[in-house]
Amino acid sequence: MSLLEPWPWYVSGPLIGFTVPLLLILVGKPLGISSNLRHLLSCALPKTRIEYFAENDWRREFWNLLFAAGLVAGGFLAERFLTHVPTSFLPAHYHSMGGALILLGGGFLVGFGTRYGNGCTSGHAIMGLSNLTVTSLYATISFFGGGLLSAGTLRLWEHFFQ
Amino acid sequence: MHEERKNFKSLFGFPLGIYFGIVLTKSRVISWFKIRKMFYFEEPDLYLIIGSAVAIGAISVFLIKRLQAKDIAGDTIEVLKKPFSKGLFFGGAIFGVGWFVTGTCPGPIFTQIGGGEWFALFTLAGALLGTYAYGLLQKRLPH
Repeated sequence: MSLLEPWPWYVSGPLIGFTVPLLLILVGKPLGISSNLRHLLSCALPKTRIEYFAENDWRREFWNLLFAAGLVAGGFLAERFLTHVPTSFLPAHYHSMGGALILLGGGFLVGFGTRYGNGCTSGHAIMGLSNLTVTSLYATISFFGGGLLSAGTLRLWEHFFQ
Repeated sequence: MHEERKNFKSLFGFPLGIYFGIVLTKSRVISWFKIRKMFYFEEPDLYLIIGSAVAIGAISVFLIKRLQAKDIAGDTIEVLKKPFSKGLFFGGAIFGVGWFVTGTCPGPIFTQIGGGEWFALFTLAGALLGTYAYGLLQKRLPH
């Protein structure tokens, strides 16, 4: 296996899992990325009256904003130095005006949903399940419930109307 | 002294983010195509990735708790459980739809942007708008 090829699941899955103890030991914090969306807004809107942002001490969670910055840098480094062929992140038809609207709308659901559900794939599915948390199991089931329902709906739509 | 230690620990967020971003990219978890194949059950990769990640995470958390491990600054590691809320179901399902549509969860949004996928900025903008909307409506939503 070359490092430049895509890494198989049995390499990447455990490497993702190791993030959990690394963060706990080096930073003392549990993995969870979607709270950065709240921190970014708390940081950008220091005078807001919306309690959800005003009462959030983003400075205490600064490590997580650094983590998000690292995610950007990691994506850059992997694409620049660790691959022969550029990764296709999004399908070609998303690179259009319509695609931008789809991403904006879908992104809205991602932001709204992860904040309402108090976590995303990293915080609930990986960290929460690693901590044997029942609430995170409910959340993870709901993620897949929403996603699979969407998949089924799209398939039916394509079947009958295309 | 103690506050300085805390700031020192925060700095590790950056290299760990780089590590996570590289693994997300090389595992193709950041690809819309992979997420579609997961939801259509065309490929087991994503389920195996999440499953093996949780296995390693669970063993680590178990050991950290059992050994009452301390972090590098000498503070006891607390692994808190998230509280119950009805939002787990409603919010979780709403996120699931967004995950299917954009092919991205919050971490990969940042990594896609770093990887040069500029259209992921639309996903990020949407996610921030959604977060803002949640902040506005929080008190009126069932929790």
